Parts: sequence; structure tokens; C-alpha cells
Amino acid sequence: MSLRDWFENRRNKQLNADLVESKISGDDLLKLWEKCYNCNTSIPQKELEQNMHVCPKCDYHFRIGARERIAQLLDEDSFEEINSNMLPSDPLDFVDTMRYKTRQIDARKKTNLNEAVVTGIGKISNWEVAVAVMDFAYMGGSMGSVVGEKITRLIEEGIKRKIPIIAITSSGGARMQESCLSLMQMAKTSCAVARANEQKILYITVLTEPTFGGVTASFGTLGDIIIAEQGARIGFAGRRVIEQTIRQKLPPDFQTAEYLLKYGHVDMVFHRSGLKNTLEKLIRIHSKVKQTANI
Amino acid sequence: MNKQFTPLEFEKSIYQIEDKIEELKKLSSETGINLDDQVKLLTNQAFEFKKQLYSSLTPSQKLQIARHAKRPTFLDYVSLITTDWMELHGDRAGTDDRAIIGGVAQIDGKSVMLIGTQKGRTTKENIEYNFGMPQPEGYRKALRLFYHADRFNLPIITLIDTPGAYPGIKAEQTGQGTAIAVNLREMAKLETPIVTVILGEGCSGGALGLAVSNRVYMFEHSLYTVISPEGCASILWRSADMANTAAESLKITSDDLLQMEIIDGIIKEPLGGAHYDWDFAATELKNTVLESIDQMSGMSGTAIKSDRHEKFRRMGVFVE
Repeated sequence: MSLRDWFENRRNKQLNADLVESKISGDDLLKLWEKCYNCNTSIPQKELEQNMHVCPKCDYHFRIGARERIAQLLDEDSFEEINSNMLPSDPLDFVDTMRYKTRQIDARKKTNLNEAVVTGIGKISNWEVAVAVMDFAYMGGSMGSVVGEKITRLIEEGIKRKIPIIAITSSGGARMQESCLSLMQMAKTSCAVARANEQKILYITVLTEPTFGGVTASFGTLGDIIIAEQGARIGFAGRRVIEQTIRQKLPPDFQTAEYLLKYGHVDMVFHRSGLKNTLEKLIRIHSKVKQTANI
Repeated sequence: MNKQFTPLEFEKSIYQIEDKIEELKKLSSETGINLDDQVKLLTNQAFEFKKQLYSSLTPSQKLQIARHAKRPTFLDYVSLITTDWMELHGDRAGTDDRAIIGGVAQIDGKSVMLIGTQKGRTTKENIEYNFGMPQPEGYRKALRLFYHADRFNLPIITLIDTPGAYPGIKAEQTGQGTAIAVNLREMAKLETPIVTVILGEGCSGGALGLAVSNRVYMFEHSLYTVISPEGCASILWRSADMANTAAESLKITSDDLLQMEIIDGIIKEPLGGAHYDWDFAATELKNTVLESIDQMSGMSGTAIKSDRHEKFRRMGVFVE
């Protein structure tokens, strides 16, 4: 037995002893650890949470839900959700391998969310902001009528209150189950951004893992400032579609946040731990510009 | 019906009837027997049959018409409906994407800006126009022309026939998503009227990037969809063979879109589809476009802009 194994053994024994003491079952034990998709290290759930769901070993950013993102980003208890009761309908009576209605119910159970975006008013280091956070766990964060309407109303609310608007994206694109109605949400949200531009309201987008298709091709990339989260995959067409079209393998770093930075499509790439600070600075700097202009 | 085309699968029975009519005519002239009554009866029956067939096409049959190789393209319509057409090239940043073509012209003496996606017929043309799939530079060229039209109060007409924006390495590097998004936002700010007609295929953001318009029309057998039926099938059913089912489910026909209140009207096609009678299709297109530009001629720039904004603001179906 190597010295390293001996330490490993001892640690495991200690852990087992802790478990017995706290009467944790085997099932719970599995939930206590999370495996990093990138470096395969097993990380205790608690440690991962404390580290904002970033792997402490390789810095891989785990996908996080809308609620958790809000908790990380906004001042404690400052968030007030709006339009939380809006629900999707099934205008096309769409059935693929499963009914769209069933997919909605399953997604709701899985995420405890009514739709793929949470919107509301909150504070970032005391600056009031209108914020939308998408959740990939709800049908791949896809944009249908509800997502489009909630984003649009949030932008309108930001314009009305004259406060910065922040959209944090995580989406596979338009929701096919609502077909052309989903496509029109791209137009609707972009029209709302046009109004924010005309009223000179600061609009920041934060693109997180993953952001594709209809969201990339509408409000996602329309930020006055565009921030991408480290390692996130961002693009218009999916990797598989491109590979099939051009019949060649793509480089591993293709469509990563860093790749987009290199080609000039995002203003900056940030580590999750630096996001709040970055947003605070951006809001402060742009608000000062406005104040001096008013004098 | 003029038989210059190879019949589509569902058209075969019509072609058979027409062959019969031809035979009868030939027989009559060779033998001198008067078969006029029979010919007339059969011709009438064939006409009724065609009318019924073409008014009850399935989405995938419409798809075949919309993608027909002889269907008139953007440049065909330009030469049929305009005078003094002058193409304006380039995005002013290094590229002249050929999948999107734009220029100025007059229609019945009215000055307009025309922008459209172009498909080819020969291999050489298909390569030049990239099968009607624009690169980001194409959308940026269109944007430059939108601004130009806005400055000179030229109504904008966009004619769309595209399987979608091109999915490629360079397209991602130069920002396909951003280019489309910027067009959606900037079209919303224009104070000149915009009228769009979907000529054949109107697929995904690639089509929408030219279609944030005051009025959107579809040709009878065209389609407008969030994703091509093939793409949808391979994602949702994990098999491209399910494309016909996807085409049904996606509700992509002009009737569907009118019912969903996404488009403002349907432009009639000659019996069998636009490829059977280009002049008919072109006249219908011209009348529709001129009429809607006329309707907006008295509106101020601000009114035109809010008209467009309100149109898209209403779209979406949800429960509250």
C-alpha cells in the first residue's frame, strides 16, 4: 500500500464513520458527491456549493439553475419575481415522441419552475436591476411564447423604471413544439431591445453554458455589453449540424466562450466568482456617465 | 397543363389523365371520328380533379412544390415585376454574399428597395448562391441596404426562399447569430414600410432575419417554420426519416400561419404551383405588395415603426 492509498483509506474510513453517525442512507451518500464532467474528480456536494458549482480542481463550471443563479448574483432577499404564474399552452397540439403537454408537466416537476425563465426586479450591490435568468433544466431552456413574453415584459419593466436590464441565457434555442410562434418570440424580444436602445437603457447579457439557436440569434447577443461565462458553449448552429453539413471534425475549443472572445463576439469572459463584481462595476460606470450627461 | 416538368409523385395520376386526353385527340384527328364530347368531358374532369388535389395538399406535398427546381426565384420575380433594377453589392466590410441579393428598382413607377434570398438551378448557380443559405455577411449587407432605404424613404420589399442561415465554421466565426439578431433589432427601428413575401421555404432565423416587417405574406404553397422539417425530425424523433411527420406537426403551411395570425395574407398561385405560370404568380405578388405599400403611404415614420412593433408584440400564446 502506497502512502497515498493509506491516506485515501483513512479519509474514507473517517467519512464512513461520519455517515454512520449521521445515519445517512446509501442513496443519500450518492447525492453527497458530484462527479466533474471535465476532470472526473468526485467533489463533495457541499464543497461544490460553496465554490459556486465550479470544480475546485479544474475550474469546470457546472450548469446551475435559475434560482441558484439569482441567489449567487443578487443581494440577499432583494429579488421580487414578476409574471411568475405565466404558463405555457399547447396551441399546436404538438406530439413528437411525447405530448408537449406531458413534457411541460415533467419539466415542471423536475425543476419546480413554471417555465424556462425566471424574471424579476432585484439588487446587485444595491443597484436596482431588472433581471431574467434562464434555466436549461426546463426543456433545454428553450424559448416558446412564455419565455418570449416574460423577457419582453421584463425589458419593458426595466425601461419603465429606468434601470439596467440583465439577461442571463442558457438555452438550446427556439422551442420547436410551438413552431412559428417560437420563431416570432425572437422578433418580439428583439423589438423590445430596440426600445431599450432608443431609451438609452443599459442592457447587459450574460451568456452561460449553453446558449444556441434562437436565443443567440435574438436577445442573447443584443446586449450593449455581452459577457460570457468561462467555458460556456455559445453559437448559432449546433456542433452536430455543422459537422454533418461540412463533413469534417471541429476543433475542441470551437464555440467556447474563449473562442467567441477571440473572434470578437463577446466583450469579456468571466469566472463565475467574478460575475457579480463585474456587473456591479459595469452598472456603476454606465450610471455615472448618465448622471454627468444630465448636469 | 403544360407538361414541361417531371411529375411529382402525387401528380402522376393527373399526368396520366392528360396523356389519355392527348391520345384521344390524336385518335380523333387520325381517324376523323368526332371525339370532341369525350375530350371535353375528360378535360373538365381533369380540371376538377386538379383543383381538388391542389387545394388539399399535405404539408410534405406542399414542401415538394415549394422546393421545386423550376419555381421562380427572387431574381426571376425581380425581372418580372420591376423596371430599372440595379443591384447594390457588398457589405462594405470585405464580402458580397451571393445568397442575399439587394438593389433598387421601380415597380409601376414606384421606387423601392428589394432584398431577397436567392437559390440557383444549376450546380454552378447553387454554388454561387450557396443553395440560398446566407452567411452573416449577407445579413450585414441587407442591414446596410435597410439603412439606405430608410434614409431615402424607399419602401423595403423582402422576398424569402431559404432553407436557413448557413451552418459552418466561418459563419460561426463571423457571428451568424449576432448578425441575425442585429437585423431583428434594427428592422424594428426603421421608419420606412417593410413588406415581406415568403416565396418558397422560409426556415428559421435565417428567414426571420429579413422578415421583421409591417406586412408578411406567403405564397399559397410556401412554408414558414422555426426549423426545417428534416432538422426538427432529427432532433425530436432522432431520425430524419420522420420529416413528413414533423412537417405535419410543425404547422408550416400558409393556411396554418394565417390561422395563427402570424402572416397577413396568402398570395394565390396558379393551379399546380408558381412554376406552372410565372407571370400569374408575379402579377399576384406585384399586386399584393403594391397594395400594402399603398395602405401605408399616408403613415408617418413613427406610425410605421409602432405598427410593426405592435404586430410582433401581440405574438405568442400562453396562459395567465
